[in-house]
Amino acid sequence: MSLRAEHELHRRRKGRNVGVGRLLGGFVVLILALTVAKVTSGDFELPRIEEGQ
Amino acid sequence: MTDVSYQDQPHEAEASLGDYFALMKPRVMSLVVFTALVGLLAAPVGVNPVIAFASILFVAIGAGASGALNMWWDADIDAVMRRTAKRPIPSGKVTPDEAKALGIALSGLSVMMLALSANLLAAALLAFTIFFYAVVYSMWLKRSTPQNIVIGGAAGAFPPVIGWVIATGSMSVEAWLMFALIFMWTPPHFWALALFMKSDYDDAGVPMLTVTHGRRATRVHILAYTVLLVVLAIGTAFTAIGGPVYLTTALVLNALFLKGAYDIWRRDEVQSEADGYTVEKAFFKLSLLYLFLHFGAILVEAVLPAAGGIWT
Repeated sequence: MSLRAEHELHRRRKGRNVGVGRLLGGFVVLILALTVAKVTSGDFELPRIEEGQ
Repeated sequence: MTDVSYQDQPHEAEASLGDYFALMKPRVMSLVVFTALVGLLAAPVGVNPVIAFASILFVAIGAGASGALNMWWDADIDAVMRRTAKRPIPSGKVTPDEAKALGIALSGLSVMMLALSANLLAAALLAFTIFFYAVVYSMWLKRSTPQNIVIGGAAGAFPPVIGWVIATGSMSVEAWLMFALIFMWTPPHFWALALFMKSDYDDAGVPMLTVTHGRRATRVHILAYTVLLVVLAIGTAFTAIGGPVYLTTALVLNALFLKGAYDIWRRDEVQSEADGYTVEKAFFKLSLLYLFLHFGAILVEAVLPAAGGIWT
């Protein structure tokens, strides 16, 4: 027998926590995609060092 | 004595994730996303799709944040009005402090992230929009002047300008034309709502035009603003963001809108009461379609040349 009764409230809290987790995960993925887009679109092109200099 | 306790009466009204989302006014957010996207795509500069997606998302989060701050500040009047009584704060699901914290946190996050993903000018405009909606409109204007939605309408008009600035990094006449379209559209849209949501604003003590200057004056104002809007909306067809598709759309919609405003002006309260505000309700519904289709036409005009369309 379970020590705690599973209340609808617990499901709601779990849903909220899972939701926040997914949002944070999505945010991380978005930042990664944004970084890749910025770096590859030439916004952050590194200065070229000429040969022999 | 024991330190183990069992709470047999859980807080039934505890919020779900959806309640926090509702705080951000998702319907307003969808309009913001759409108009900002049109502003971005109508600009003569291409944007990396990932940067465009992220930037529009941050604009939407900023709009949602200002919605949460508005709900925090207006919780007392939201509880009185039928239309807003079920919002998360008046219904007891979210506390005012939670809404305020969410609003402030998301405001900071969205502005900061937009500065990183797009540019500083776009971020500054977003910050100003949030300030304008949460402070200038909600805190200063809404409860003090019947011009509340006229001036406050500017907050809802900024998203296409932000979209344009995300793409170009600067402002131009076309961006401000899109601003003007929403700005001039807002008063007739909300005054029509105020006409048929009769007692709501009275009960809440919000000085809507219907309360301060009477319903006759509101009808006159709706017609006056609609005439100005019609001139502006049709004139836009002859600018860089206009074109044949936009012109056709604008001619049809503005004829219908003007007819609706004229019908509202012609009627009096007795007639409206008799048929349950049919004309006012129809005008309100048309106003939603009006804005959506105007911006849809601007979008088509922007996308058509890329698709080798009829743009000259």
